[in-house]
Order: sequence, then C-alpha cells, then structure tokens
Amino acid sequence: MNLSQQRAPIYEALSEYRENRIVSFDVPGHKQGKGNPELTEFLGKQCMSVDVNSMKPLDNLCHPVSVIKEAEELMADAFGAAHAFFMVNGTSSAVQAMVMSVCKRGDKIIMPRNVHRSSINALIVCGAVPVYVDPGVNKRLGIPLGMSVASVKRAIAENPDAKAIIVNNPTYYGVCSNLREIVKIAHEAGMKVLVDEAHGTHFYFGDYMPLSAMSVGADMAAVSMHKTGGSLTQSSALLLGKDINPGYVRQIINLTQTTSASYLLLSSVDIARRNLALNGRKIFETVTSLASYGIKEINKLGGLYAFSRELINGDDIFDFDPTKISVHTRDIGLAGIEVYDILRDRFDIQIEFGDIGNILAIVSVGDRILNVERLISALYEIKRLYTRDPAGMLDHEYIEPHVICSPQEAFYSEKKQLPLDDTLGKVCAEFVMCYPPGIPILAPGELITKDALEYIKYAKAKGCNLLGAEDMNTDKINVTVQ
Amino acid sequence: MEMWYTEEQTKNVRFSIRCDKQKYSAQSEFQRIEIFSTPEFGDVLVLDDRIMLTTKDEFIYHEMIAHVPMATNPQIKNVLVIGAGDGGTVKELTKYDTIENIDMVEIDRMVVDACKQYLPTVACRLSDPRVHIHIDDGLRFVRSVENKYDLIIVDSTDPIGPGEGLFTTEFYGNCYKALNENGILVNQHESPFYKTYSKAMRLAHKKIVEFFPICKVYQAHIPTYPSGHWLFGFASKKYHPTHDLDEGAWNRLSIDTQYYNTRLHLGSFALPTYVTKQLMEGEYHN
Repeated sequence: MNLSQQRAPIYEALSEYRENRIVSFDVPGHKQGKGNPELTEFLGKQCMSVDVNSMKPLDNLCHPVSVIKEAEELMADAFGAAHAFFMVNGTSSAVQAMVMSVCKRGDKIIMPRNVHRSSINALIVCGAVPVYVDPGVNKRLGIPLGMSVASVKRAIAENPDAKAIIVNNPTYYGVCSNLREIVKIAHEAGMKVLVDEAHGTHFYFGDYMPLSAMSVGADMAAVSMHKTGGSLTQSSALLLGKDINPGYVRQIINLTQTTSASYLLLSSVDIARRNLALNGRKIFETVTSLASYGIKEINKLGGLYAFSRELINGDDIFDFDPTKISVHTRDIGLAGIEVYDILRDRFDIQIEFGDIGNILAIVSVGDRILNVERLISALYEIKRLYTRDPAGMLDHEYIEPHVICSPQEAFYSEKKQLPLDDTLGKVCAEFVMCYPPGIPILAPGELITKDALEYIKYAKAKGCNLLGAEDMNTDKINVTVQ
Repeated sequence: MEMWYTEEQTKNVRFSIRCDKQKYSAQSEFQRIEIFSTPEFGDVLVLDDRIMLTTKDEFIYHEMIAHVPMATNPQIKNVLVIGAGDGGTVKELTKYDTIENIDMVEIDRMVVDACKQYLPTVACRLSDPRVHIHIDDGLRFVRSVENKYDLIIVDSTDPIGPGEGLFTTEFYGNCYKALNENGILVNQHESPFYKTYSKAMRLAHKKIVEFFPICKVYQAHIPTYPSGHWLFGFASKKYHPTHDLDEGAWNRLSIDTQYYNTRLHLGSFALPTYVTKQLMEGEYHN
C-alpha cells in the first residue's frame, strides 16, 4: 500500500463541500445550521455547516466507495490492519460486530468474565453462549486481571468446538494478557481472536506500549478512537486481520448501524487518525511521562497506591498500560467511588471511574502537567482530610459467575421482578453493573449468589451508579421463572 | 504612527493606554510576556493580554498585599510568596529587617528574567540574600510542606492559564497545611465588579472559608485593573486583621510606603454592601 498519512479524505471532502456552497434540499433539516440558530450559536457555524447527509461527493458509510473508503484504508494502514471500518455508534457497536461476525446462535465463545457489557449484549442478540475464563485476581488490590495462558488453554481443551475467544487489551485498569501466545494457541485450535481495545488505541503508536492486537495477528479488534485517540465521543473503529472477510463484516455492521452516519464523527476519526499517524509517537511519549510522574508523586504520599508496571508477572499481568493512573484507595479507608465523588464535588476534578477499592484517571493527548499537578495535590488533601479506618471494607471487585443458561435464553425467558433480598439462588434475567466501569456484576443467565447481592448493596451504599436492571433503583431484579 | 495597547477587560469593555515603544515580547512555555513603555503609566508588564503591573500604580497592589499581613503580625519571619515573578511583592517584604527567609515560587523563569532586565525598579530586591527563588508550580511546591511558614502570599495571575491551580480547593488546603499555627494566607482575590471576575472572587472565598477560622477580604483602588476596584483575601489561623493590629508598633518601624498606612489598613476591610453580600453567598453555601 502506498498511502500518505498526511491526507484526511473525509475532512478534505467536507472542506470542499463547504466551499462549494451547495444549496441543499436534503436532510438534515437545519440546513447548515440556519434552521436552528440557538444550536448554531451554541455549537458554532463551522460545526453545523458540516453536519450533512451522505451524498455522492461525501460517500456513504454503509457502502463506502470513495472518500470514506480511502479514509478507512488509511486507518487500516496506520494500525497495521488488513481492513478497517469507521464506527459511529461507539466501540460497543464494534464489539458487537466482532462477536456477531464469528458466532451464530448456539455457538460457544470463550471470554474473561470482566468484559464490558457490550460483549454480553452481543450474545443476547445473536444467541451465542459464553464460556467464561476466570481472570486472575490481585489479592491486595482486589481487582480482576488478565487471563493466564494456562486458563485459556484449559478453556480451549474443554471447549474445542468454541468459535472464538475475546481478550481485553487492556482491562479498564490497564492490565494486558499475553496476547501473542493466546493468538497462537487459539489459531492452532481453529478459533478466531477478538480483541476489545476500547482502552488500547494508543498501543498502536507509542513506544514501550503493550502489544497491539493487529501486531500479533489477532483477527479483529475494536479500538475506541474517542477514548484515548482524540476523536469525538461515540466515534470508533473496527480493525480486521487478514483472515476475516470484510464484505461479511460490513453486512453484519449494517444490520444495526444507522444509515445517517454523522460526518462530525467520521471527520473526527479521520483527523484523529492523521494526527496519531503523524505525531502519535511523540504524543504518547508525553502522555506516558505525565502519567508516570503522577504515579510517582502519588506513591510518595503513602496510603494511596498508584499501581503500574511493577505488577507485571509474565502471566495474568503480562503487561500494563503506562498511560493510566490507577490508584488503590482502600488503605486510607475510602472506597474508590467515594474518592471519585470527593474529587468532583469538592475539587472540581472529574476522573474516569471509582469502584469499590480503586480510582482510575485517564491521561491522554489533551492533558497538561498543570492538570496532573492538581490531581496529585487533591489526592494529598483527600488523604489529609478524609482518612478513615479501613476495617470492614469490601476487599474484592470480582464476583465469580455461575452460568445457568445462555444470556439470550435468560433475557427472553418468562421472568418476574423480585426485591433484591428475595432473589438469592434465582437465575438473573438482566444485567446489574456499576457504571462506569460497565463490567456486569450479574449478567443474564447467572445464578444470584450471596456474594453478588452483598456486592450490589455495598456498591449502592458507597454511592456507585448502578444500572442495567429494569428497576432504575436496582431495588428489584428480574429473575427467570423456573 | 500612534500605538495603543488595548485590553479587553470584558467582552464589552476595553481599556487602552498609549504606548511609546515595546521593550520586550516573548512566548514562554506558559504564557505570552510583553513589556512596553507608556507616557502615562510608565513601564507596563502584560501577561497573556492582561496588565499585571505598571510602574506608576504597582505600589498600591504590592504595598497592600505585603503590609497588611506584616502589620497584623510583625513577628512574621518565614514567608512563602507564590507567583510574584515581577519582584514587587518581595520588594515590599524586604523592607522588614525582621523577616529571615522569603521563598518565592514562580512557575515561569522567563517572567523573572524579563522583569530583572526591563523592570529594575520593581524587581530590584530579588537579589536580597534572604530571597530564595524556586522556579516551580506553586501547587506542587506547597503540597509537601507542613507547618513551616508564618505567611503565604499568593500573588497570582487570573484563574485562567498558568494561575488556575492557585485558585483551587487543593491549593488552599495545601497552604493551610504548610502554615504554622500563627499562619496567615493573603491572596490576590480578583474584583467584585465585572461578572467573570466576581465569579472567581466568590469561588475563591467559598473555598478558603472551608479551611481557615478567620477569613476576611480587603480592598484597594488600582487604576489599571478591570473596574479599578480590587480585592485581597486575608485568611488566618489566629490573628484577626483589624482586632490584632497594633498601629503604634507598625508606625514605630518607620517603613516607607506611598499607599499603605494603618488608618487605611483598618478602613480597607470596610467593604461596600454589594461586595459583602457576594461574599456571604459563598459562606452560606458551606
């Protein structure tokens, strides 16, 4: 391929479209913003003038033949993929397209239980059955880790008919599995490897980063361009390896994708890709040094533990994302979600998430040292002002699942809503999760255990945002009628 | 050719000064720095399109930020000054022989160097042996200091740009911790008059009252600052700025000032009603 990463075909086509001052008798009805002056005042003329519909000179995301096709080729080239799709309904849609491209109703798919809800959502839609691999758990931090190679081997041996395996690269906390080895053993067993790289866009550009999915021959990867790559929220990309049929994947994507893809999102991916391809190495060098400075300073304080690459053990923590600031908070007697709330309410600092024992701050292309200094200083203050006795705090994030039936079967079964306390021993028919991080505590088809109920109550008491259940307050849970 | 410097004080208000010539212009890692000479205001220092000082009216700001806490507690020996790269605050502090140490923390080395070269009448005391200049982020500097200073003066820019971290809860909390039991915190407290400034002023006050038992605000009239009406915060663990003022003791020091005197000290804490109301709003929310 001989492509210039200097180019940004969608951006160029939109700029030309704007200059040509076309009279539009098509949708959207705001007509370059003129029909909605309040919105135009709020978002800006520049923005509204390129919020346009698919048309010949601007191509069509459902069937790309010109500028979108070129932009996707540039994306594939920049990420070392055989093919790339721009996605406009979030990385969730990319994850779902991966699963549905390789699994049909009744097929088995191997995955760690600490996947994002989007993976299990895909199973509800397509009817595939999960085979969960228990991730390792770090005793001190209480967090689920990556999958060990041994546990993947075991799952493959026990389920030789499985079609594919999903790997988080990395987990929300930044933990990576031994992806190269997993790809090797999965391919030997004839299984496809699908990689959730929602938090791994930067692995394709920085030096000293964990290995990316495409670099080790994985079959598909969902990369969240908007999370760490600098594009607009909800924009994303799906990458394919050489042994996946792009035509079929396009059909799968088009089953659920909008036919009115936003050109704001598409151009943002195009421009972000160009920036990453040209400047990514330098950008992520800066990001890594900001994060490692933050980690070092936080650890100087004592009490709070900013964990990172010292955890690497060659197995279920094969590598660790150096751009994350993950901090264990339990030793100062505060749940992660409490620190998360204090940071926002008292210090005007918004971080990515807080859970039972940890917080996560994401450092990215947009950060400056002065902001990192604020986060560090605020954590110093929180330790000084809020430290409590950690006795009696819940010390684990991971609830071992007991799968009774497939997510699809449970979700579509006859069900009834019961108060939380009456659901012990029943089969859950919906999701229950804290968001963020969006990793299910219970997924449809799983046994409701004492452990899970305790966790839900604790998370509620600490102020976590619980969602997934039909009941908005998660006071009741839908269970299957057995 | 006529040359004018125009500052957009608000979206709808402009303030202009005729200039003779530009003496210095540079972009540092943090901000744009400009110095020019003017017929009316002498030399003017501008950071990111905001006037920081003019040699004609700087005495008002610097005397008020330094002498009010010093007169309240003449025993002050160990001082931390944050920002203040122009040296004006340090110039006033060095008038006290009783001060033993002044740590000055300025984030931008280029401001210090430019002021030393082009504003010598303001930066003249930066070479005093008691003054130790640290080129660092003030927020970063104070967070590891505990129970050390008698006085912290926050002589910052507005809360947009490099000065932002000096208007935060974490910064005020860290300052509280860095002060000893007699400690006083004085800060540049923005203005009550125009909306954007008064918002910053109310927020700053609201955050400071969370930490200090005594929190007062005093005022001065500074012609080249937006609206000309400017405030300073006085937060303290022990000393009350008017009850504990010993006028005679300060006057016996015979310190030479142009704006500050002990009568004015007392009067500067008497605020207009609309200002008091804005401040009380902040206190009420706690």
